[in-house]
Amino acid sequence: MSVEQEQRTLRCLVAKVGLDGHDRGAHVISRALRDAGFEVIYSGLHRAPEEIVQATVQEDVDVLGISILSGAHDTLIPQILEGLAEYGALEDTLVVLGGIIPDEDRAPLKSEGVAEIFGPGASMNEMIEFIRENAPER
Amino acid sequence: MSQRHLVEDLLDGDHRALARVITNIEDRRPGYRDLVAELHQDTGEADVIGVTGSPGSGKSTLVDKLAATYRDRGLTVGVIAIDPSSPFTGGAVLGDRIRMASNIGDMDVFFRSMSARGTLGGISTATAGAVRALDAFGKDRILVETVGAGQNEIDIVKTADTVTVLVPPGSGDDVQMLKAGILEIGDVFVVNKADLPGSDRTVQELQEMLHHGGGDVPDTVGHHGASDTVEAFDSTGDDRGGDADWDPVIVETVANEGEGVDELVEVFGEHADHLDSTGGRAANARTRYAAEIRRLLREDVNDLVAAELARQGGLDSFVERVLDRETNPYAVADELVDPIAECVEQRREH
Repeated sequence: MSVEQEQRTLRCLVAKVGLDGHDRGAHVISRALRDAGFEVIYSGLHRAPEEIVQATVQEDVDVLGISILSGAHDTLIPQILEGLAEYGALEDTLVVLGGIIPDEDRAPLKSEGVAEIFGPGASMNEMIEFIRENAPER
Repeated sequence: MSQRHLVEDLLDGDHRALARVITNIEDRRPGYRDLVAELHQDTGEADVIGVTGSPGSGKSTLVDKLAATYRDRGLTVGVIAIDPSSPFTGGAVLGDRIRMASNIGDMDVFFRSMSARGTLGGISTATAGAVRALDAFGKDRILVETVGAGQNEIDIVKTADTVTVLVPPGSGDDVQMLKAGILEIGDVFVVNKADLPGSDRTVQELQEMLHHGGGDVPDTVGHHGASDTVEAFDSTGDDRGGDADWDPVIVETVANEGEGVDELVEVFGEHADHLDSTGGRAANARTRYAAEIRRLLREDVNDLVAAELARQGGLDSFVERVLDRETNPYAVADELVDPIAECVEQRREH
């Protein structure tokens, strides 16, 4: 029996959903997570909610980070959360959002299953710390 | 999710269970060996196709089109795509999934990105286990895309039944083709981006390279419909036993347009038939299992010795004694291994 147990490598999907072509932020985040020792899967631009669900399930990521600046979060994010629930993946995937999310939209999104929302000005370390502390036990 | 349920759910076709089994294998979580052991019974049905080649040669795009082509033919597909990990932080950006545009929303293409996790050789140590999980799940074809390989990342031959090497046009002159390594392992060579200038020359140089192995020029099929069909070529330098008499085939593709992909799938089929008719598949499997047993034995015996070493005060104390000339490395090795050998001997007698 191999007794060696390395520290778990966290896997993270960085996803862009819908008609939103702003990917600089997602690239910067991917790079920062990589440098923090994460394995980052980048979805590429213009993904449909079901694609993100498919990727989250198949890649078995610990963290799903969605970047959205288009204002369509109220429609698209719940679709992703529902899809994850359908595959039994919502309970042990940490879902975080980044981008432009107005204050009044935050509470409903959080009640539906989003763990945290990082807006403009959030620090990289803050985000990485949050993920490390809140990544689901498996 | 408990281990027992995981295997049952996987065999029942639960995608999440399949994903979690691969994670457990990759992370070497406690019990992962039992998982692989349990799955073994249900494996051996899938054709495993390896795709390797230099970075940017079009591996991901080709894999996407291959997966779509197999799906059109009613087959289910598993994909494992490996990207390099940082030697400094262990982190990685796995970007192969971006190219999977032809299989959006199709859960019967199970795509999994893997980091090499520091392993050289183009694939990760967990790749074989992940292939097994996909095989047990019931995937008909499993495509393994390696790290963008340079010249000597040839570990894919240990996992795949059919090895495809992508050679983009303008890959260097004929001396590059003479070099040992990646060009020795191909069952199928794909000159991708065949619409670029210089592709004819690359095909020609590949033909010459294979020709130097002794024999005639291999078949070429491709998007031009050109097939300079000459037969009988002796592949040499192939240590995988089974395919000694397979003639490597050169296929031209333009992967992003889907050109030549159908022909490539046909060639894969021919190679699979060849493996079946010559017993090459069984020979490969034998070599593979022998290597796996050896690796497991090494690991297990290593652990056994490591435990004994720790019990006796750790390596450092022995090193000190060797340094002080109280003992020597050979005596230390004997001292540690002899008690284990004695136990084995005693059990043999009973």
